[in-house]
Amino acid sequence: MSSPNHSFARWFKGTGSADKKTSEDAKAAQRTSRRSIGLGEFMRCLKGTGEEKLSVLDLGSTSPTNIAFLTDLGVRVFTEDIVRASKDQGYVVRDGEGTETFDVDRFFKENLSYPENQFDAVLVWDATDYLPEPLVKPLVDRIYSVLKPHGTLLAFFHDKDAGPDMPYCRYHIVQPDTLEMEARPSLRLQRVFNNRHVENLFKDFASRKFFLGRDNFREVIIVR
Amino acid sequence: MWKARPEDNNPMSTNPAQATTSTPSNANAASTFNMPPKDNPKTNTTFSDRADVGHIGKSVVIRGELTGNEDLYLDGEIEGNIDLRDHKLVIGPNGKIKATITARDIVLHGRVEGNVSAQERVELKKSCTLIGDVSTSRIVIEDGAFFKGAIDIKEGQNRVEPKKSSASTGASGFSASTSYSASSGS
Repeated sequence: MSSPNHSFARWFKGTGSADKKTSEDAKAAQRTSRRSIGLGEFMRCLKGTGEEKLSVLDLGSTSPTNIAFLTDLGVRVFTEDIVRASKDQGYVVRDGEGTETFDVDRFFKENLSYPENQFDAVLVWDATDYLPEPLVKPLVDRIYSVLKPHGTLLAFFHDKDAGPDMPYCRYHIVQPDTLEMEARPSLRLQRVFNNRHVENLFKDFASRKFFLGRDNFREVIIVR
Repeated sequence: MWKARPEDNNPMSTNPAQATTSTPSNANAASTFNMPPKDNPKTNTTFSDRADVGHIGKSVVIRGELTGNEDLYLDGEIEGNIDLRDHKLVIGPNGKIKATITARDIVLHGRVEGNVSAQERVELKKSCTLIGDVSTSRIVIEDGAFFKGAIDIKEGQNRVEPKKSSASTGASGFSASTSYSASSGS
């Protein structure tokens, strides 16, 4: 695995204001439907493997819809809300000068602690856009470790037009190529990646395939 | 990249089950269990108030094995194993469980660390935290529930209920032989 590289591009258009929280709260319970070519591709990758029961890790907010959908396919589902776990202030360590650092080692001892090559596929959704910076590269490394060779990963990336108030969404799989997005306004977008940075972030993986949606939301299928 | 909002620093603010028992949310949740049925039509209220349901309060700490032949409402702390086989178990909002749980139906409001196995149904309420694997025929997960682990839906009865259904399945008949055993030691 490569050494961590945290110099990802971070640029956006947006107000950066937190004043929109009220309106975001009102939208929180709403779901919007979205056709997802990346998800369709991901589902195709789930099929056509052997008789062994597949294991899929869902790193998004726990969605009973996803559990229902995937278990109906005969898949064993693991769920772990990685972004929510990262908000635990217990992982923030303050030194004598009051400087705060994120205890990455402890975080990964307590989260995403699975044997190597455990999963056939991982749903990352847009978690990398919302995680604290120190966790991004180690997360990708950990996913690489727990994903089987030729295993598939689906990740979403916001584009530069997304502002910091872009809500973190819970994704519900309602059809093999259709998602429902449910906004959860308590979390803020931390960064946006351009395509080159996505390539660099996942450069240890065998392949990366980008799908650009009409809304400039990038869906990426990554194969280990 | 962007400055954090104050609420971003709230420790696990979206994980109410990790809050202390004195938090308003938990206090409210606890009070709902003691309200008369006419004031609170939720089935769980009647469940905990029923005479044929065992009740372990929030001040009780048990280390060891807990087995029983009746439905049980559990709001205390358990470390070990819980085995109710053909009966229903409800973990209250103050419940803190580090145990492997086996029952017919399991409803979680509190915090559970351990594997959960239900013959029929598991319900994860919005205030619950479950860290462990689930094996069941049907599962209900409310919005806000924190779950980390694997789910195995038992073959032949594949049911996942995306939204909370309003009623619990109810308890089976009361068994006259009640035997809760709390043995010391881990």
